[in-house]
Amino acid sequence: MYEFTYHRPGSVADAVKLLADPDARAMSGGMTLIPTLKQRLARPTAVVDLSGIGELKGITVSGGTVKIGGMTTHATVASSADVAKAIPALAKLAAHIGDAQVRNRGTMGGSVANHDPAADYPGAVLALGATVHTNTRAIAADDFFNGMFSTALEPGEIVTAISFPVPEKAAYVKFPNPASRYAMVGVFVAKGPAGVRVAVTGAGANGVFRHAAMEAALAKNWSAAALDGVTTPVDDLNGDIHASKEYRAHLIGVMAKRAVAAAG
Amino acid sequence: MAFEGIGASVKRREDLRFLSGRGNYTDDINRPGQLHAVLVRSPHPHARITGIDTAAAKAAPGVAAVFVGADLAAENIGGLPCGWQIHNKDGSPMAEPPHPVLAIGKVRHVGDPVAVVIAETKAQAKDAAELVSVSYDVLKGAPSLEAALRPGAPLVHDEVGGNLCYDWHIGDKDATDAAFAGAHKVARLELVNNRLIPNAMEPRAAVGEFDTMSGDYTLYTTSQNPHVIRLLMGAFVLHIPEHKLRVVAPDVGGGFGSKIYHYAEEAIVTWASAKVKRPVKWTADRTESFMSDAHGRDHVTVAEMAMDANGKFLGLRVHTHANMGAYLSTFAPCVPTYLYATLLAGTYTTPAIYAEVKAVFTHSVPVDAYRGAGRPEASFLIERLVDQCAIAMGMDRVEIRRRNFIPSSAFPYQTPVALQYDSGDYVATLEACLKASDWAGFEARRAAAKARGKLRGIGISTYLEACGIAPSAVVGSLGARAGLYEVANIRVNPTGSITVFTGTHSHGQGHETTFAQLMAAKFGVPMDQVDIVHGDTARIPFGMGTYGSRSLAVGGSAMDRAADKIIAKGKKIAAHLLEADAADIEFKDGKFQVAGTDRSKALAEISLTAYVPHNYPIEELEPGLEETAFYDPKNFTYPGGCHICEVEIDPDTGVVSVVNFTAVDDVGRVINPMIVEGQVQGGVAQGIGQALLETCVYDADGQLLSGSMMDYTMPRADNLPNISVGTSVTLCTHNPLGVKGCGEVGAIGSPPAVIGAVVDALKDHGITHIDMPATPQKVWGIINANRPRMAAE
Repeated sequence: MYEFTYHRPGSVADAVKLLADPDARAMSGGMTLIPTLKQRLARPTAVVDLSGIGELKGITVSGGTVKIGGMTTHATVASSADVAKAIPALAKLAAHIGDAQVRNRGTMGGSVANHDPAADYPGAVLALGATVHTNTRAIAADDFFNGMFSTALEPGEIVTAISFPVPEKAAYVKFPNPASRYAMVGVFVAKGPAGVRVAVTGAGANGVFRHAAMEAALAKNWSAAALDGVTTPVDDLNGDIHASKEYRAHLIGVMAKRAVAAAG
Repeated sequence: MAFEGIGASVKRREDLRFLSGRGNYTDDINRPGQLHAVLVRSPHPHARITGIDTAAAKAAPGVAAVFVGADLAAENIGGLPCGWQIHNKDGSPMAEPPHPVLAIGKVRHVGDPVAVVIAETKAQAKDAAELVSVSYDVLKGAPSLEAALRPGAPLVHDEVGGNLCYDWHIGDKDATDAAFAGAHKVARLELVNNRLIPNAMEPRAAVGEFDTMSGDYTLYTTSQNPHVIRLLMGAFVLHIPEHKLRVVAPDVGGGFGSKIYHYAEEAIVTWASAKVKRPVKWTADRTESFMSDAHGRDHVTVAEMAMDANGKFLGLRVHTHANMGAYLSTFAPCVPTYLYATLLAGTYTTPAIYAEVKAVFTHSVPVDAYRGAGRPEASFLIERLVDQCAIAMGMDRVEIRRRNFIPSSAFPYQTPVALQYDSGDYVATLEACLKASDWAGFEARRAAAKARGKLRGIGISTYLEACGIAPSAVVGSLGARAGLYEVANIRVNPTGSITVFTGTHSHGQGHETTFAQLMAAKFGVPMDQVDIVHGDTARIPFGMGTYGSRSLAVGGSAMDRAADKIIAKGKKIAAHLLEADAADIEFKDGKFQVAGTDRSKALAEISLTAYVPHNYPIEELEPGLEETAFYDPKNFTYPGGCHICEVEIDPDTGVVSVVNFTAVDDVGRVINPMIVEGQVQGGVAQGIGQALLETCVYDADGQLLSGSMMDYTMPRADNLPNISVGTSVTLCTHNPLGVKGCGEVGAIGSPPAVIGAVVDALKDHGITHIDMPATPQKVWGIINANRPRMAAE
């Protein structure tokens, strides 16, 4: 990696000050940034490590909402009895991100802010109609993701927490890429305060997206069979050596049915 | 003390250091004053180098030197040599274009090294490497066999027309044509043997050191064969006489063939260490491994089998194109010829065989031996073709094999493709594996799977391989530029402990245990009295290293011969001490005993006498107790056996799960069953990897698309079933131990069984073959395109 200055601020305010440098990069778990630095694909002047900010960690459940701090690790979410009780699909999703090392380092805020098209959490955020809280505002999930590796976050804006309305039913099923084990197709289905929502991750050329046709079908009839004949246009899907656009489109249907079945 | 003799599953003594992180690998070696080398590699598959500007790099902080191809050429440094020469059908030698250590004039694959930057730290070397400015005139590339064989294809080497390295053949064409003319039925198969990237856990590394006082060079390197590297690099590349060059291959973390070859980086760090007069270290990162370690396999083949009305094989015809990559790696030319086409009889009595092999240069990483080397290609072809034969005849897959097996009464058996098998019992391994896998009960399991919505299939492979490489005169006549004997030196120390110096090399195989077990049994001493030394040309005699499952069959036989010499000498010393005739001395359980008496001397008493020869037959016998034996095998060894695989396919996604895998192998006498099982398990894991997961993908221009672990699917624990391993032994008849070799059988026997199972699972979907790897995408494509016919249709 190239040389950079390392900071570990103790508060969001201090972190924001350090991120005023446009070439500084915030680091949460570092599960994407560190490999990128090691491969010399990024050259920040400074890395602002958010791991010293206590106020960004933790899980609270109250009034039908699960609120998770941005610096909460996947392992913490996966093992949280509160999350498992309120939104079991979210705990299960967290338990299957990457491997044990990644789950112990990677964070929800980092994953969501990065918006890797093959990441799992964006599916949950979008399908559950979550709200992304930052140091300056609250952003609805529908307004947050706007393209591959792209979000509504402004430079220097930090994801402080994400709040999820507790759904009536929800499940996430993914088809991992055989090599990387990232989601090649992941479908999160939910029925709850935000209505019936289906979010697809891993497959879209523009990152996570909602599947309107599936939502309409499931709103009428919440069952796997309701998705029979519901197809996914291939135009905006990714194709690569492991899965063509057509195969991904097919897998979206299979994963969605399995998710609905799992949600009950 | 637990039993630790021949046949005991003694735990691997080397594992304590490996599993506790205390191994001593090349990258763990740091020499005083050491500098770090970073290679500048071609980002293009094919380009003319129009200029290299190193000025900025040379001026960068910490940089000691920057070298390019012209710097080496100016010092008359040779290209990397090829160790095997194949001759064309017309008797002319193969095309053997130069393989410069650093590219000169042109680059020919992504990763081809162009310059080396040497600096105080690796980070400084990396920084400076980015400042080396190489101007390229980018040319069209031809990375695949198809692209390189197309009329007007870009030439990899201007002097090699049509990119053809050689056009070789073996067997009797007329007899084979006659067999086809009289055939009742012919089965035909076109197949691809997919290209693999070895990915040993330890990346390659090298440290070169030059002693300015003595003029001695030392190279620490990740090698399976340090003496071969010393010979090739010293004699052909750097022109360093052997007594001034020491090559050390310390603990090596996996090789699978990829660490046999002499690589550019070894020559670079050794040569550069004398230029900069400081040690120079290079360690590959994983990305470099993908684009610079020799790849494996990459064949396209058409094969046909002629049969009579009873399904007996009459003739086999094979046409293979083999991808050599951009340059000839050390043993590349022999892999698709003498390690492949000579195996085409398999376990069957096919009387006439003819094979043509064309080797082709392409704009891709050089291809060479990879676990199995030629034999997995042969077994995959034969076993898949035999399945096609069964389909063509409407016969059961097992029955057609039984009808064509070489009977156990026929050994030694001369095949029509040069080899003479010494022993085997293919019915025995078949029966044992059918029973162990419950072949007979399969249809019930298929029906149960169907009820769960899964497609279940079963596949079988009754393979054979040739290893224990190899009789020197035979391979010499076939083009090898090396002998392939092995050597052992045994030093019985004065107080009776034993140090064994072997020319073989262990990079995961457990030699320190198996060989110690072998020698402890031979000398009748506890294993902890025996140490095995390997991997350092300054300590061991000139040996050929480890590959081709040769270590026990060839290296172990050398040890046995050297031990016989020790015992013979010991008998003479004992005869003197016991005042008996040497012919009356028996050696048993560590004692030299006068036959029929209780008068004896222990090995330690004899060794002490040998080194303190006060009462000693000094007129007839030299002091000391140390012997060396070079063992040149009389033949290859021929392990074989039966692998049976069961898979379940999820028809909705195309995912193939291996649910059962049963292997029964004949590897000859087994010294340590646990180590044999581990070797077979590892080989099967690699075979399943090739069959279902792994493949190297270049785009049409020659960019490597599967260039990282994110894209290249290495097998993982959850891809693998519990692998049941059994053995059914016939002894090798021509080596003193009766051993055959077990390192490669797993990778050779398993892929056709896995693919056979996938095809069986998909038999209602209109296919009779699927190319490896049977990925979810590919399998789903078949299911989607060929929906099963309903009964009403």
